[in-house]
This record gives sequence, structure tokens and C-alpha cells, in this order.
Amino acid sequence: MNATPTAPERSVSDEPAVKGSSATRALKTLKGTAPVFVLLIILIALIAQRTPVFLEPPVFLAFLLQAAPLVLLACGQLFVIVSGEFDLSVGSLMTVTVVAAARLIDGDPAKTYPVFVLLFGVGLLVGLINGFVTTRLRVPSFITTLGMLLILDGAVNFWTGGAPRGSLPDNFRVFGRAAIEDFPVLGRLPYAVIVLVVLGAVAIYILHFTDFGRRMMSTGGNPVASELSGVNVARVKTTAFVLSALFAVAAGILYGGFTNVSARVGEGFELQAISAVVLGGALLGGGRGSMGGAMAGALSLVALFRLLNLYGYPQEIRDAIQGLIIIAAVALAALRSRAAR
Amino acid sequence: MAQRTVPQPLNLRERYSSFVSASSGGPITAVLLVAFFGAWALVAATGGDFMTIDNIRSMLIRSVALGIVAIGQTLVILAGSLDLSVAYLVSVTAVLSSVIMDGDPSRIAVGVVVVLAVGALVGLVNGLVITKLRVNAFIATLGMALILKGLLTASFDNFSGAVPEEYQVLGYGRIGPFPWAVLLLAALGGVVWYMLNRTRYGHHLFAVGGDFDTARLSGVRADWVIIRAHIFCSLTAVMTGLFIVSRLRAGAPWVGPDGAYDLQSIAAVVLGGTALAGGRGGVGGTIAGVFLLAILDNIFNQLGVNTFLKDVLRGVVLIAAIAIYAVQRKRAGR
Amino acid sequence: MSDQTPRAEPLLELRGISKSFFGVQVLREVDLDLHSGEVHAVVGENGAGKSTLMKIVAGAYRPGEGETSIDGEAVAFHSVREAQQRGIGIIFQEFTLLPERTVAQNIFLGREPSQGLRVDRRAMENKTRELLSSLGVEGLSPRAVVGTLSVAQQQIVEIAKALSLDPRILVMDEPTAALSPHEVDSLFDRVRILQQRGIGVLYISHRLKEVFSIADRITVLKDGRRVDTVASSDVTTGDLVRMMVGRELDHYFPDRAAPGAMGDVKLRVTNGGAGMLHEVNLEVRAGEIVGLAGLQGSGRTELARSLFGAVPFERGTVEVDGSLTKVRSPRDAMSLHMGFLTEDRKSEGLVLPHSVRNNALLALRALRPSRRRAVNSAGPVSVADLSKRVDVRAASLEQEVRYLSGGNQQKVVLAKWLATRPDVLIFDEPTRGIDVGAKAGIHELMRELANRGVAVLMISSELPEVIGMSDRIVVMRGGTVAGELPAGSSEQDILLLAATDAEQEAS
Repeated sequence: MNATPTAPERSVSDEPAVKGSSATRALKTLKGTAPVFVLLIILIALIAQRTPVFLEPPVFLAFLLQAAPLVLLACGQLFVIVSGEFDLSVGSLMTVTVVAAARLIDGDPAKTYPVFVLLFGVGLLVGLINGFVTTRLRVPSFITTLGMLLILDGAVNFWTGGAPRGSLPDNFRVFGRAAIEDFPVLGRLPYAVIVLVVLGAVAIYILHFTDFGRRMMSTGGNPVASELSGVNVARVKTTAFVLSALFAVAAGILYGGFTNVSARVGEGFELQAISAVVLGGALLGGGRGSMGGAMAGALSLVALFRLLNLYGYPQEIRDAIQGLIIIAAVALAALRSRAAR
Repeated sequence: MAQRTVPQPLNLRERYSSFVSASSGGPITAVLLVAFFGAWALVAATGGDFMTIDNIRSMLIRSVALGIVAIGQTLVILAGSLDLSVAYLVSVTAVLSSVIMDGDPSRIAVGVVVVLAVGALVGLVNGLVITKLRVNAFIATLGMALILKGLLTASFDNFSGAVPEEYQVLGYGRIGPFPWAVLLLAALGGVVWYMLNRTRYGHHLFAVGGDFDTARLSGVRADWVIIRAHIFCSLTAVMTGLFIVSRLRAGAPWVGPDGAYDLQSIAAVVLGGTALAGGRGGVGGTIAGVFLLAILDNIFNQLGVNTFLKDVLRGVVLIAAIAIYAVQRKRAGR
Repeated sequence: MSDQTPRAEPLLELRGISKSFFGVQVLREVDLDLHSGEVHAVVGENGAGKSTLMKIVAGAYRPGEGETSIDGEAVAFHSVREAQQRGIGIIFQEFTLLPERTVAQNIFLGREPSQGLRVDRRAMENKTRELLSSLGVEGLSPRAVVGTLSVAQQQIVEIAKALSLDPRILVMDEPTAALSPHEVDSLFDRVRILQQRGIGVLYISHRLKEVFSIADRITVLKDGRRVDTVASSDVTTGDLVRMMVGRELDHYFPDRAAPGAMGDVKLRVTNGGAGMLHEVNLEVRAGEIVGLAGLQGSGRTELARSLFGAVPFERGTVEVDGSLTKVRSPRDAMSLHMGFLTEDRKSEGLVLPHSVRNNALLALRALRPSRRRAVNSAGPVSVADLSKRVDVRAASLEQEVRYLSGGNQQKVVLAKWLATRPDVLIFDEPTRGIDVGAKAGIHELMRELANRGVAVLMISSELPEVIGMSDRIVVMRGGTVAGELPAGSSEQDILLLAATDAEQEAS
């Protein structure tokens, strides 16, 4: 038997004698989410058909840049959904991030990093409150976070009197706009894409390769059994909310890089995040999900909207389309899980 | 050892307690009374007018719009489901009816019929998606809300059409001191109360909300119970829309979301003691909840509270209500 | 027992019933008949096909092959409702009652007596009273809210509900699983009343002793085939077991520990109180199996949950391994090296849609690495080894546990706790709803654990299990310890202590 203890918080290794077991398991999860990757490839192909330059690095990377905020939101949302809850406050948290940043930094680059810290602190607080109200006060999470959405929106409106002021300096917008020039092969590599890849990898690691991630999955799968097996369900869920909030703040920072400051900046993003996660194959009841799938789901959603633009559909129809997508995605997921029995 | 027990006639106490418990919300009525007198005192102390006919009437009117749709939401929540599409359905109703009527009294009937049909269709679709496609109610109705929003805002962006004067009777007419609308609300409440507690459908509704599978295995057509609840809820949303447009004189797309009819109706239902999980609760409590919210609204207005802050406070009230009931149940050991 | 002689024509007859699911043959050409006024028990290991057969009788499944006939007339049901209309009622193991509704509302769900749209409540309540008294039940109000009733009372409501359809055939699936011995007797009285009315009862149970006291005939199923049908007076438990498993079990229970082989006191509660528990004094030593007996509602599960920190003690003291400590949560208990197999494995012990592997590692992963015992000289935990040790039969370690049989599911739960290498292990109804073969396996494991120094506390409502496994028997009553009995005590001794008042004597 092997004698080397595993590193802290890495998953308990089993079957050391059988090679590749974690790889085969990872492959299996991926198989369950295959549909969303297929969808993504189809959408990209359709876009490329219309605009062949889409596949060239500069344009494609710009696409990734545009999609980055939603992808991060989806990552955060997956933590919460896998744990068996919903987080509807992420959109308004993005708004708060952008508006507060503009107001507080107000063009002074020296303030940027301290404000970053403050914003993440706010995210932490929001996540903790969401977690507390959901786990200790037993309020259903969609109501808790809906209430939080109202509170954050109301607070923003109250603070700015409806008309946000201030401006964001370049070093804030750096993450959203700037890039590494002359990167080999890819040419111009936006910082946002780098952030996306790094945070995405972190998210994948947390969910699929740590014991904490496993605890989240079992909490969503059966909270009672998890609690009685020693899992601190309240802490797991609260941490999921915190992660979701932190990823939302990060998404807001990226988004602030290429958007105008307004009180409606984040509107609707929470539903898009949930749609992305569901498209990626997560079971809305919790206990199942793939981070890669969620990210692919987000990319698919952005690709879809771009495709709709290309075909000339008006902006307002986006809402209707999204409503259909959410319903269809969840219905398909439900059908698949029933067929698998 | 078989013993025969002779069926006893129900004594007065049993009959009374069954009547009271069957309807709803003991605690909420108490809270309502406290709030009413508390508000009176508070407003009087700050120099406002609370206990005037005008003020009371204005609170009642405010209650009617929310109350009608909250009654519908009660049914849906009792069935174990939820409807988040009501706000946009209210908007659709307001705009559509206003456009169809276009100031012409002979087209009132057409307008009403068309929007009722649209409402029934929306409810049917909601119900089918939830029961046949097995989509989570929250997602299904949220999706429907988005679809309605998209279709509506793509076609209209401002007040459209107009409502004939004759129609405004609904919103402004009175019998003596009582506005028509309040009587309508009372009548609706009575009808739904009867339906819930005295008819087979009501029994089945509670059963389906309590445990869907058990109800189904006992021969109840559970899917259709839920679908009917959704249709009914959508119809109440249409009624609210018709009422609002009779007071506003024309419909606009933001009417529904502005009044927060989705969240506020859920808040009223929960405040009234109906469990979000379904299977428990009633109409009386919901109406008490609606009045409570109206009183709160009135206090906020009288005290000059900022509009945005009002939204914040509404959110807090909703969460607090649920939390309190949840903690109460935990203490009772259930 | 009924003294009715079987009539010429059986009430219900099944001929050549076969059924397969997804290519797996679950029933092979099973014949069964049931006469009016007869109690016909069906026994067999899990996977033998009992449940499937009963569901076919009840109309929930359609047979792949074979015929069903009632009173000689061939029938084919497409739904449970059709079967109900033809007079077949089924009572499942899990109750199908609505806790928020009254007794009357539950019984008449879906068939409320009505005039037009209006429900006739008076008629409903009167009919309920008639049903209840026909079962010999007094004092249960039709207006009582079902959620406030005891388990035994709820079962009465279930039976009344089935009876309200006026069945001629009643199928009962493990009806005594959650009942105390006293309540089982009451249940059997009621079944006999039904027999006298000419109703035929099909009775599935794992409790062979009970089967003998209620059944006229017994059919044994094994691997989907009918092994034999015998009169209950013609066979012994040993015969039945042999037919069910195909081998004679030499010990039904493993040997108990030698007196004096116990180690130190690993767990002790003094004057413990919480909720309904009061003045509880209990200790468990390393190497011993303490059986915790008592009637339903005496507080055994509550005690287990308090010991494990799920509902912490409010009064009194707890000592683990000699040191005073407070167990405020399951995590606390686990860091003190305790484990707890709950009563209801499906809802409290397993994450059903997850794999065997994930479930086996669930508890271990909940602990921070520094608090785990797995990582020591013996190396990291191997799920494969664990599974072999508890003898889990599954297609693979990745299979979702919801597809496993009850016995295998319980083994996975056991593996979960073994992974944490506990010093104290609490079992709550370890073999409920599990077939004989798996039962024996779990008993062996329990004894092996004790022999290796684990302190075992076993809650059980099956008296033979309590008597067979325990080195010491503690009896609870009314939320406190009523007394202690030595190993090998009789069922009567235990029942005497467990019952509350003089009325319930077991002479």
C-alpha cells in the first residue's frame, strides 16, 4: 500500500493500484455534458459561416472577451446550483461593482486597487448574508437572493439617485480592455481572456478535484445524509454563495472594462447565468454538474445571441428567446435524467 | 374485540374550530390588527391623516389590484407550484385591452374576452410546461415572463390605445361608500374560499400540494389540478390588469413590473401563512397579507420614504416573513 | 388463524407469471393462488421477485407472460386504478398519507363523497368512523390531522384507506416493519377480522416468526421462481430459510463475546436529557455490542441522535474515551471517532444519485485531513478494499447506489463509516428491510468489528436480533432507560421492561 499522505484538501485518493481511474471518471462526467459542447461547436460553425473571420484569433479572442463576464458568472452560479440552491443576486452585484467603482475611483488611478479590495469585500459580505439567510433563517434561496437583488438594486438607485456618476480610469478598465500584444500564434491576447482561463481553471479545480467540491455535490444530492455524515451543510452552502458573489465581482470588473456605467448594467445577467449552467447539464435540484459544461453553456449563450444579431433579430426579442432557452434547457435535462433510469 | 361507536353529531366547538382552521391565518389576522392600529398611531403622531375615509379607500384600492392576483397566486402555491409570470401578464393585459378597446365602448366586451383568452392560454402553457415537461415552476414561469416581456417590449414602448369612459366604472365606480372593485375582491375571495374548502377540486388541490405522488396514486388527476390552478392564477392576473387599466385609462408595458405583482403576490401569500411548499394555508390569510402590505405602503408614503428604499424594505419584509414562519415551524417541531 | 377450508375456486390465481426489465429476468413462471379468507405469505430474499409479483397483482406492472384470474375469470390490469376497481387493494411499505390533512380526508382522497361540486363532509366523516370501528379501532377521530398521529395509528389509517375501496384481496408489503411487538399483535387481530369477512390477504414479510403466526400458507420465492408453497403448520423456520437461500445457516447469529473480553468504556452518558429524553444513563465498552430495545416512541433513535450530536444533549454529561466532552454536531462526534448508521438509509444515509465510491467516501471527505484516521501507516483508503470487506454486490464502484438492493445499500453505508475507522459505532435498525443472506453478512461484520475493539450500540426492533447479537441489553421506555438485561434474556423479559403499564403483560 502506498504510504505517501495526500496533500491537504486534495481528494482522498483511492485505488492507487488502478491507473487512470480519475481520468476515466473525468471523462465520464464530460460525456454527460457532451451535448452542450456539440451545441457550442454548431453555433460557432454557424457564425463562421456568416462571418468567416470569426475563426481568426483576433476576432475569436474578442468573442471570448465579450463572453468572459458571463462565463465567470456561470462558474460562480454552478457552485450554488450544485449545492442545491439558486443565486439571483449576481446581476445586481455586477451593477454594484461597476457603479460603485466608477463613483469611488472617479478617474483617480491610485484608488483602483483599494477599491478592488473593497468590492471583493462587498462580494464576500453579500455571499455571507445570502448564505446566512438561506441556511439559518431557512428562507428558500430564490427568495433570499431575489430579495438581495432588490436590496442591491435599490441601494444603487438610492445612492446614485438614479443617475450613476463618476468614471472609470484606465487601470480599472485594463482587465476589460487591454491585452498582451504580440503573443505567439494568437497575436493580441486580451487580459480578460487570461483572467477567464485562470479563474476557470480554479473553478474546475475546486469543484472537481477537491474534497470541498465533493462536499458541495453531496450537499446538493442529499443535504440530510450529508449533514449526518459530518458535512457542515450550512458552511458548504454559504461558501458556495460567497464563491458566486466573488466571481460576480470579478465578472463586474471585467465587464466594467468595456461597458458604459449605468444602473442597469447587470440586469438580466443572473438569468443568463442560470441558463448557461443548465445548458451545461447541471441538474437544477443539485448534486450534479460540470464546470466545463457550465462554461461551454455560457459561451453557447453568447454565441447564440451573436447569431441572432447576425440574422437581424431586434434586441427585445432576446428576452423572449432567452425565456424559451431556459425552459427548453431545463426540460431537456429533465427528459434526459428520466430516460437514464 | 370489535366495538361499535355510534356516529356523534358534531358539537358547536368542533364545527367552529374546523371552520376557522380550514380557512387560514390565525396569526396573520392578529398581526394585521396590530399593524392597523400601530399605523394609525404612528401616522397620527407624525401629523398625517390615517383614519380618514379617503385614506382608507385609497389603501383598499391599492389592495384590490394586488389582492386579485394574490388570490390566484395562493391557489398555485397551495398546489406546490409558483407563478412568476403574473407581472408581465398584467402588463400584456393592460396594453392589449387598451389597444383593442381604443376608446370605443362597443369594443369593451371584445377586449375583455380577448385578454381572458390570452390569460387562459398563458396559464395553460405554464401548467403544461411544468407538469408535462417537468420543468421547475420557478424556471418555467420566469421563462414565460421573459417571453412575454420580449414580445411586449418589441411591440410597444409606451402608453397605447385608450380605455373608454364607460369602462372606467370598474375602477372608479361605487355603491354608496364601497368601490365596485373592493366588492369584486370580496366576491372573488369568497368564491375561492368556497372552492378550496368545500369542493372536491379544493380537496385535491391541497392533496397535490401536500404530496404529488400520493395524490396521483389515489386517483387524483394531479397534473390537471396543477394546470387548472395555473390557468386560474393567470386569469386573476388578467383581472388585475383589467382593473388597473380602468384606473390608468390606458395601458403601458411597465405597469406589471412596476407594481412588482410577482414578488408582492408571493409575499402576500406567504405573509398570510400559506406554506411555500404547498399543501397548507388559505385565502383569508392572503387577503390579510395584502392589507398588511397596503398599510405598510401607506405608512411609507405618509412618512415620505424614498421610492427606492421602499423596494429595499419590501424585499426585507418578504424575507422576514418567510424566516419567521420557518422558525415558528421549527420550534413547533414539525 | 382462519379455520376456513379453501374453496374449490381460488379468489385470485396467477399462472405462469414471468416478467423482465431491460433484459433482466425478474420473475420466471410463477404460480400463486389465494383463497377467500386466507392469509398467504410470500417470502424470499431481496431480488427474489416478491415486490415485482405484488406490483403485478396490484396492477402497477403488467406481466410479460402468464395469466391472472379473479374468481376463475381472466383479468388484465393496465393501471392500479383498474385493479382497485376489481377489488384489489395494496398497502405499501412506505405510507402514502398526507400529513397535513385529516384522517377522513386522507381515506377518501380522490373519492370524496359529494353533491355536485360540494363535498359532503358529514358523510365522509361518518363513513370514516364506520371503517375504523369495523377494524376494531376506538378513539381515533376522523378529524385528527394525520401528521400528529403515531406510526401505528397512521398505519391504521392506511389500512382503512385500502379498505374503503371494499377490496376482496388485500396485498400488504412489510406491514410490521415500523411496529413494536405489541402493535404487531393489534395488527394481526385486525387482519384476522378481515379474514373473517372473507378477504384474501397476500402478505410479504422478512420476519419469518411473524409469518408463522399469521399466515395459513407460505410461498417461497427464490431468484424469480417459486420454490414451493406450503402450509405454515407443515414447516419450520429452518425449512423456510433453506428454501430461500439454498443452504442451511449453521449459526443464525455469530457467537457473542466472551464475558470479560470487553475493554474500557468508550462512550458514557450520565443523566442525559434532551427533548423527550431524561435521566439517561448508558455506557458502551470497547468490544461489546449493546442492544438497545424498546417500544416505538421510547426514545431509542432520539438517544442515538443525541449521542451523535444531531440533537445535542441539553442536560447531563457525555464522556468519550474517558474524557468529558460536548458533542454539539455530527462533526464533533466524528472527530471523536464515532459513527452512526441511521434508521432510514435512503433518505438519511446515502446520496442516491451518486456512485458507490462517492457514497463510501462521503464521511471521510467531510473531515478535514488532520482529523482523519485514514492517512496513517496503513495508507490512504481504498474504496475497492472497503467494498470487498463489506461484500457490496454492485456492477461497479461507479454504479449509482439507487440501483442497489436494500442490503447492498446498507453495506455501502457501513463502508462509509468504516472508512473513518471509528471507535464507537451506532446502528439504528441495521437490518430493516434486508433479506436473510445480507442480514447474516451484516451481523458477521458487526461482531467482527466488536471483536476488534469497536464499541457497538445497536438499536433494533427485531427481538431475535437483539437477543442474538447483544452482549448486554438496555431497554428504554418513555424517554429513559427502564432497565438492563444480560445476554440471552428472553423476549418476555425484554417486553416486560419495555411496556409501560400493567395492562400489557406478556405472559
